[in-house]
Parts: sequence; C-alpha cells; structure tokens
Amino acid sequence: MIHHDLIVVGGGLAGLRAAVEAKRSGVDVAILSQVHPGRSHSGAAQGGINAALANDPGSGDDTWEKHAFDTVKGGDYLGDQDAVMQMTKDAIGVIYEMDHWGCPFSRYDDGRIAQRPFGGAGYPRTCYGADKTGHYLLHTLVEQAYKLGIKLYVEQYVAKLTVHNGVCQGVVAYDMIRGGFEAFTANAVVMATGGAGRTYSNSTNALINTGGGMALAYYAGAPLKDMEFVQFHPTGLYSTNILMTEGARGEGGYLINDLGERFMERYAPKSMELAPRDITSRSIQTEINEGRGIGGKGYVFLDLRHLGAEKIIERLPGIRDLAIHFEGVDPIEAPIPIVPSQHYSMGGIDTDVNGATAMPGLYAAGECACVSVHGANRLGGNSLLETIVFGRRAGAEVVRYLGDLKEKRPNARSAFAAVQAMEARVDDLGASTGTEDAYTVRAEMAGVMKEHFGVFRDGIVMKEGVDRLMAIKERCGMIGLRWTGSVFNLDMIRTVELEGMIDVALTIAVGALARTESRGAHSRTDHCSRDDANWLKHTLAYYQPGVAGPRLDAKPVTLGPFEPQERKY
Amino acid sequence: MPTMTFRIRRQDPHSKRDPEPRWDEFTVPYESSLTVLEGLFYIQEKLDGSLSFRYCCRASVCGSCAMYINGAYRLACQTNVKHLGGDVVTVAPMPRLPLVKDLVCDMDDFFAKYEYIKPWLIRNSPDPEQEIRQSPKERKKLDMPIDCILCGCCYSSCPSVWGEENYLGPAALLKVHRFEVDSRDEGWKERLPRWKNERGVYRCHTIMNCVEACPKELNPTEGIQWLKLEAVHAVRRRLFGRS
Repeated sequence: MIHHDLIVVGGGLAGLRAAVEAKRSGVDVAILSQVHPGRSHSGAAQGGINAALANDPGSGDDTWEKHAFDTVKGGDYLGDQDAVMQMTKDAIGVIYEMDHWGCPFSRYDDGRIAQRPFGGAGYPRTCYGADKTGHYLLHTLVEQAYKLGIKLYVEQYVAKLTVHNGVCQGVVAYDMIRGGFEAFTANAVVMATGGAGRTYSNSTNALINTGGGMALAYYAGAPLKDMEFVQFHPTGLYSTNILMTEGARGEGGYLINDLGERFMERYAPKSMELAPRDITSRSIQTEINEGRGIGGKGYVFLDLRHLGAEKIIERLPGIRDLAIHFEGVDPIEAPIPIVPSQHYSMGGIDTDVNGATAMPGLYAAGECACVSVHGANRLGGNSLLETIVFGRRAGAEVVRYLGDLKEKRPNARSAFAAVQAMEARVDDLGASTGTEDAYTVRAEMAGVMKEHFGVFRDGIVMKEGVDRLMAIKERCGMIGLRWTGSVFNLDMIRTVELEGMIDVALTIAVGALARTESRGAHSRTDHCSRDDANWLKHTLAYYQPGVAGPRLDAKPVTLGPFEPQERKY
Repeated sequence: MPTMTFRIRRQDPHSKRDPEPRWDEFTVPYESSLTVLEGLFYIQEKLDGSLSFRYCCRASVCGSCAMYINGAYRLACQTNVKHLGGDVVTVAPMPRLPLVKDLVCDMDDFFAKYEYIKPWLIRNSPDPEQEIRQSPKERKKLDMPIDCILCGCCYSSCPSVWGEENYLGPAALLKVHRFEVDSRDEGWKERLPRWKNERGVYRCHTIMNCVEACPKELNPTEGIQWLKLEAVHAVRRRLFGRS
C-alpha cells in the first residue's frame, strides 16, 4: 500500500497543473498516469489557447468579458456564466505564468505572445506556438513537475476508486511495468483523465482517450453532466480522422466542395470558415449529405495552397507533416481531404468552479470534468485554457480541503478490499469461458456511436442506437481474457476498460435521446430548434448498479449578464 | 486478400516459463493505408493477445511507439507498411535498452538523465507582470529542440551511450541546448557542471546516428556542438573579457 496526501490520476495538462499547484503549497502529491506525462493527449493539441491579452495590433480593446461572451454564445447559452467568467478572467494570468515557466509561444515583433483568429471569437485571441501549442504547453508543465520533484508513477492503469463511507480515499492501479494491482491511498483524488473520444470509431483522439476516468467516477456515484454534447471537429483527415488544426482556417484556409465553392458562405456569411465548430461541422456534413463532397464521396477539401509555402512552413508545419505522412498530401501543393470527426467531450464529471465533485475527496479537471464552461459547444482554444485554469483551481481547492480535513487516515481495510475486488474481477475474466470477443464488441460500440449519435441526430435512429448499446452491454458478461500474464498486459487493460466505455457511451446516448431540442453540437433533425423553456438546463446522469443505462436528472444553468439569444455568425 | 507478414521479436524476461527471445511471424491483411501500429493492433486483437507494445496518439506527436522497424528507428504509427518495400515487416524493440517485454523498453535511465540536466527554465530575475519579451529572432532559435518528443530513438542509436552507461545521451543534451538558447533562461551556471564533462557533451564524437534515427528529423548533434562551442567561448570571455 502506497500513500500520498493527494493522488492525481492523469498526467496531461490538467493533472500536471493541479499537481504543481498543490505541490507548491507543500502537499505530498503523486501523479499516476497510463503513459509518461509527456506523452499525454494534451500534447496533440495544435491551434492554441485563448486569453484576452490584446496583443494583436488590431485587438487593443479585447477584454476577458468579451472572451466570456464569445464563449457563452459559442456554447449556445448552456455554459454556466459564473464559471465562464472565472475562466476568462483567470486566463490572462495563467498564460503569463506558462511563459514565465518557459513555454515557447510564437511571438510578435515587439516580443509579445502571438495570437491568431479562431472560430467564434471576436478578436485574434488564440495564443499559439506554431501549430504545436499543446506539445509546448505539455512539455513546459512536465518540466515544472520534474523541477518541483512531484512523484510520478508512470504506466499505471487506474482501474478503480476506493470509497470509504462515501469519501474518496484513493485508487487501485495496475502497474504495467512490474505487474499486479496496488492500493494507493490518499486524502484527496483529482481525476484528470481526458475525454471519451474512443467511444466513437471516428475520433481525432489518442487511443488512450477511452473515458476511463469518467467511468470510474460514475461507478463511484458521482454524476456525469451534459454527456450528450459531443464536439465534432470540422477538419479531421479523411482516412484517419487525425486532427487538422482550426488554426489552418485561422491563418486563412478555405473549405471547398466538389463544385469548387467556398460553401461556408451559405451557412455563416459573416464568419465563413471561422464559424464555431458545431456550425462548421454541420455545414460540411450537409454538403456531403447533399452530394457535394469531393467526387460525391464523404469528404470536402481544406485548401491552404493560397497561403503560400512560407506561411505554411512557419505557422502550420505540424499539420503539413501529418497530412504528408497520414494522407499522402502536401498542403503546399494540394488541398487536404477532411471530414468532421469526433473531437471533444463537452460533458464529464460534474464539478463546481473549484473542481469539487458531489463526492467528498474526489475532484476533477480538464476534459474528463464538466464545470461547465463550454456549454453545448466548445470554442477552439478554450480546452487548453480549461485544463490549466481548472487544473490550477482544483489543486488550490485540494489544499484548502486537506487543511480543513480532520480524519486524515484513509481506511486500510477499504483499500485492500478494493484491490481484492479488482483481482477477483480479473481472475473471473481470465477463467471465463465466454464466447464474446472484446475487440469485436468494442468496434461495434464505437460504430454505433458514430452512426447513431453523430453530427446530425434523429429520435428514431437514436432509439435504435440506445437499444443496440444495451444489447452490446449484455454481451460484456461473456468476454474472457486471451492472456493472463502479469507484465504490460494490454489484453487485460483493454478488456477491463471496455465496460466503462460502454457505460459512458450509454450516458451520451440516453442523454441525447432524452434532450428533445437542438442546441450547440446536439443537433436533431426531429427537434430542429433550441427550446429554452424546457431545456435550458444541464443533464445529470447517475450510474444504476444492475441496470443498463443511467438515471437522468437535471440541474439549472447559472445565467448571468449574457441573455440567451439566437446565434448568428 | 493481399497479406503482409509481420516478424516480431518477442521476449518476456520476467516470465519463468518463457524468458528467452524469439521471433514470431504473423499474417496481417494488407491495405495501402496500413501502418505498422495498426498491424500490431491487428495481431494483439485477433492473433496473439499476449503481444505488448506502447501506443498513445497514433499521430506521431507523443513519442510512445518508437521501435526498430526493418532495421531503422521509426515510430510505428508514422510508418506506412507500403513504404517499407517487400512483404515482410520486421519489428524489434529499440536496441540496447533494457527490455520490459516484447516491444516495450525500459525508459527509466533515459528519463533519469533528462531529469538530471535540470530540464526547466531557470530564472533568477523577478518575472515581469506580463510575458517575458522575446523577439521572433530569439524565438526562432528554439524551433528545432522544442520539437523533441522524447521517444528515445537517438538515445538507443548512440554508440557513445552503448560504450558509457553514464553518458547523458543526445536527447538530454538537446534539452540542455533548448534552454541555453532560450533568451529567457538564466541557468547557464547552474546547469553547466551537469553537462560540461566527460559524461556530457565531450562524450559526443559526432557519429551522428542520432540525426539519422530521429523520427522528427531533429539534429541533436548540432545542439551538442553548439554547447561545446559556447563552453569554449565562456572560458575565453572569462579569461580575456568580452571581445
């Protein structure tokens, strides 16, 4: 049994920032991560991070209030306005702090941090480092973690939360390098495990983004919020769904259909290619559905050729490499085939502005959490911001919580019991003679999510999707392991995490079917308009042991200075 | 359906039953977009659940899946089988690193050396309220070293690492270079004793395997040579003044 005052699960930006904050206040903190923190999915973020620094010569009157307004409007008024304002206010300071820690942002001639235009934003507000902003931010925070001597447990697959008398007191983790399950006890746990992109078969996400942290909190009793809101990024590579940054359009790239038209003129005449992602993805999908995809196929072009080689090489070198390696297309010479692709989970573990969940001792930050700041549709450049702002706030909140905590000794018996439960589950899987195959089941689930809960949704199609997911969940009980070895057992991890993926997928599916309106990224062909009278509220999904599918509840949206109005771009 | 043979180096050094290395062959359905990583997943999912390998982003930005593929250092996710030529793909772990299992190497020493060189921005001056100003020209000096994904290819390929287990190696020294060329950094004196010695830059003999191995096409050797030169300049400045 290993003890730390605080255990952070996940070593991406949110987890690192939470750990750094707590460590700076003298808390004994450890990070458990399935991969080395420097390999986390935060590093795949490309375009940038928003803050109203007003560095661009044309944006001298930008303010955090305007950033807040753009965020609330972009989220179709579902975001909690107090949380949004907290984020956009904190943004400025945390960006300067990242600079002071060495983050290599691109620069203006006067030496200030460079900012580019992004979708749904009234000003060039997105701070960037070429098109590798996530990589640069991530490595900067990894460096701070090493500097502060934060204890890293690398390649630990966290399989269970330990709960004693309703309080979160640690986790059970599988040590991939040495083998076996270990109890980690703690007085507080921060979940920072990222999104659930891999519940879809057409995701831009890293392969480890299975929604595992969401599932653990959900099973422990904390509700998931607004899971039906799933962002589809307008520009994933056609053959692999690998991300092509929104920065490509921020730098002036065009979207082109089979007729050679810049079709965004029909859908967002003012913003054109820089409309928010939900609108741009729907526009692309409409072009494809109506037969104007390239050659009638399921993609359109992202055309950067007019930007010229010099600008592409300086500002967009990363996506150029990706397009060459993964699509065989050099954007300097040819347009890039792209398709809307699952990209981001607006929903997640329900938290307040300080990362606190409904369960004492359990906190969450980053994509696995839902504060909510993104509402029904996230603006590009706000997810990196969310990780750092709310990672920091969660870390600070844990410091306060630990300071007030009277009973500081996690229950050892509960910790051992949790390990034994995990070992028993894996033993059962190993002994199972079931005939189902974990990877077939996984692929079917991800296919159902893509086909039934995509860019456009329809009641009848979704009902069928929910039924199929329920049937798929049934089959989970008939899966056995193919290999029971102790070290680096991918078969065990990928089988154990499958059930959580299906339950998270069910929260998306059931929530989407229940919400009889169109708002942000949730766009229904049978309920085409937003319904503020009935649906200006958050969805909460609670796990029900023994029942397939969640129990749904609602929670009011915190409104503020920005009155809900129709979105036009 | 066309197929491809994957020849994979297997070893489970911790297993009592089967600790010796061997080569296993698998037949994988071929399509023109098939990457080595996708081939490994096909094998793990359909043919042999005991296969172990690292993966994460599948888009060549995280550095997890560095392997030795058809005799060269590559990222499995970035390697299209079509470009390898022939109908056999040979996959082995990065050579000369301790092995965890199959294609998974032990990276502990690699990261211990990374940590040793103090890979973080060192500042003595108080920070300004806003950003520390840095001109585009100063920023340009960072372009190459900040793209390192710490995959370990250079480290595994370096004969100086093979010969001296305490040598810091190309990746850690490139990280030193990354901070020493950063106009915001003030850690020269603090970091110097960590790399200006026979376990540091002077152990690099410009063999340049690291340059060839790097899947991000970076040049660690250049960074190391820059450090050697700067160290000489620093001595000269101390002895003879700034001119």
